[in-house]
Amino acid sequence: MFGITFNDIRPYIFPVIYALVIVAFLPLLVGYITLAERKIMAHMQARLGPMRVGPHGLLQPIADAVKLLLKEDITPKNADALMFWLAPLLSVTMGLVAYAALPFGPAFQIADLDVGLLFILAVSSLGIYGIVLGGWASNSHYSLLGALRSAAQLVSYETAAGLALVSGLLLGGSLSMKTLVETQDQMGVWFVFLAPFSFFIYMVASIAETNRAPFDLPEAESELVAGYMTEYSGFRWSLYFLAEYANMIVVSGIAVTLFLGGWMRPLAAVHMRVFGLPYDLLDLLPALIFLGLAAWCTKLALRLGQQIQKLVMFLVVGLFVVLAGVMAWSLTSPALMPGIHGGFWFVVKILLYLYGFLWFRFTFPRYRFDQLMKLGWQFLIPLALVNLVMIGIGLVLVQQSGWPLGITMIGANIVTLLMALWLVRHGDKVMTAPRTAEDDLPVAGAGQIR
Amino acid sequence: MMLDSIIFYFFATLAVVSAIMMVTRRNAVHSAVYLITALLATAGIFLQLQAEFLFVVQIILYVGGIMVLFVFVIMLVNLDVAVRQMKFNRQSWVAGLLALVLGALVFVVYRKGGGAFNLMAPPVTTLQPNAEQVGTVLFQKYFLPFEIASILLLVAMIGAVVMAKRKI
Repeated sequence: MFGITFNDIRPYIFPVIYALVIVAFLPLLVGYITLAERKIMAHMQARLGPMRVGPHGLLQPIADAVKLLLKEDITPKNADALMFWLAPLLSVTMGLVAYAALPFGPAFQIADLDVGLLFILAVSSLGIYGIVLGGWASNSHYSLLGALRSAAQLVSYETAAGLALVSGLLLGGSLSMKTLVETQDQMGVWFVFLAPFSFFIYMVASIAETNRAPFDLPEAESELVAGYMTEYSGFRWSLYFLAEYANMIVVSGIAVTLFLGGWMRPLAAVHMRVFGLPYDLLDLLPALIFLGLAAWCTKLALRLGQQIQKLVMFLVVGLFVVLAGVMAWSLTSPALMPGIHGGFWFVVKILLYLYGFLWFRFTFPRYRFDQLMKLGWQFLIPLALVNLVMIGIGLVLVQQSGWPLGITMIGANIVTLLMALWLVRHGDKVMTAPRTAEDDLPVAGAGQIR
Repeated sequence: MMLDSIIFYFFATLAVVSAIMMVTRRNAVHSAVYLITALLATAGIFLQLQAEFLFVVQIILYVGGIMVLFVFVIMLVNLDVAVRQMKFNRQSWVAGLLALVLGALVFVVYRKGGGAFNLMAPPVTTLQPNAEQVGTVLFQKYFLPFEIASILLLVAMIGAVVMAKRKI
């Protein structure tokens, strides 16, 4: 038909399968991340968290999803119906498109673009349009204020994030996500050890860009009800929710790929071959981790009272045992082992990074908006600029004068550290003129909304 | 080849239709959304021509830049008034003339075919990764113009800050 042969479609088969797998599993993963968030928050606050639906709340995400699907979907009377409908779709689509360039393993990547990193940045910044449009279309002041805050926050923090990524890219020498990981593999060091400040700046900026606490001003519930999603309910609200978590996973994916060695296992340069085994001792870690999880779940299951809860918990144990078996079995197959173990380590690193997100959320109080702007423009951006210049100088010394990389990077980071200390102590005095009455005069044109 | 044509005509139609919608909408926010669509469709055509760097830069710079336009529209334009106001297009004759000229131009090019442009032959295989190529050309062949443009932009940026702040 249409003169299309099998050879024409063959290059598209695996990418399409990968895309379907990601789109199918992402909502489930997001559901369980929300459960993890609630459980971790509860444990940090000495509570139990969800305990009722399933053992230790394990079925809570599914109950929540059913509730959201069945909830009434309301469109406000004076809302701009088309934009109100379009906005959440835009957010969630752009969140999902970014996965096209994320390398989950040496083989498990939908498309290895030459400009992969830029592509992810471009697409994920488009997701903010969903927030701004949704906030505007709701025709509500809370929503509009949330949307404007979101736009301002994105513009301010994208600069810092971009500069931090550029200094990482200088080390990697490529924009392709796959090449970046392979470079770290060849150099035998993760870039986070060469450029810790870039990693730090990117981490803070990425939390701000995904509107997570302590930078969740666009949806600050104590000021704006729910910010840009105040007027949304039911399934559309859950689309925004999905987009937010999808974006969190994407920014973690960028950080993991660029700074934390992507799909490489920790200590990839260390080889421990003992007892004449054909594989590294450290390659046994994934199987052992799953076995440990299975043992822990067995312990929890034995303490449960109800038979049905015990049954569900033992199903989880069985899942972990099967996964441990897969990890152990893949060691015997050299063709599959890099893919399966790579995927495992990539997901583990993403989950640890997300744990950092959650930890931040439960630890820091929310910033005021002027504090947020000050942190972005007066601390992160100058620091990122100095860091970028220093890493550039270091790399030139390595390439032109043959200095050892480690020494130049230590020097570059010491200079950046001094700059950071100086900014903390004196930046406020140098960069901000004292506030006068003139500053509080209204600006012409501002304040008219719709 | 079949797929290529389908993709090209999809993006081309999308770009043209959303460009028309952009100028005909009364609501400024809707116009901005259609502008985004038109720019994204153009980016898609860049990608089809294997210019992936241009594709990404188009999205980051142009589409990302409209974000600021959005904020301006929301903050500065009173949409309820703008929708009710008469359009102030008193230049329909000039516009019609220009459209005629453009139409004639397109017609001539269409009649003469692709040879009218004296283009390079398209590469048979896939292009080299072009982020590096753009960088090399920009920083070696056109280094001075590039730096001059950078300084110009820096001056404009500082100028904007100076004009916006009452007191430095």
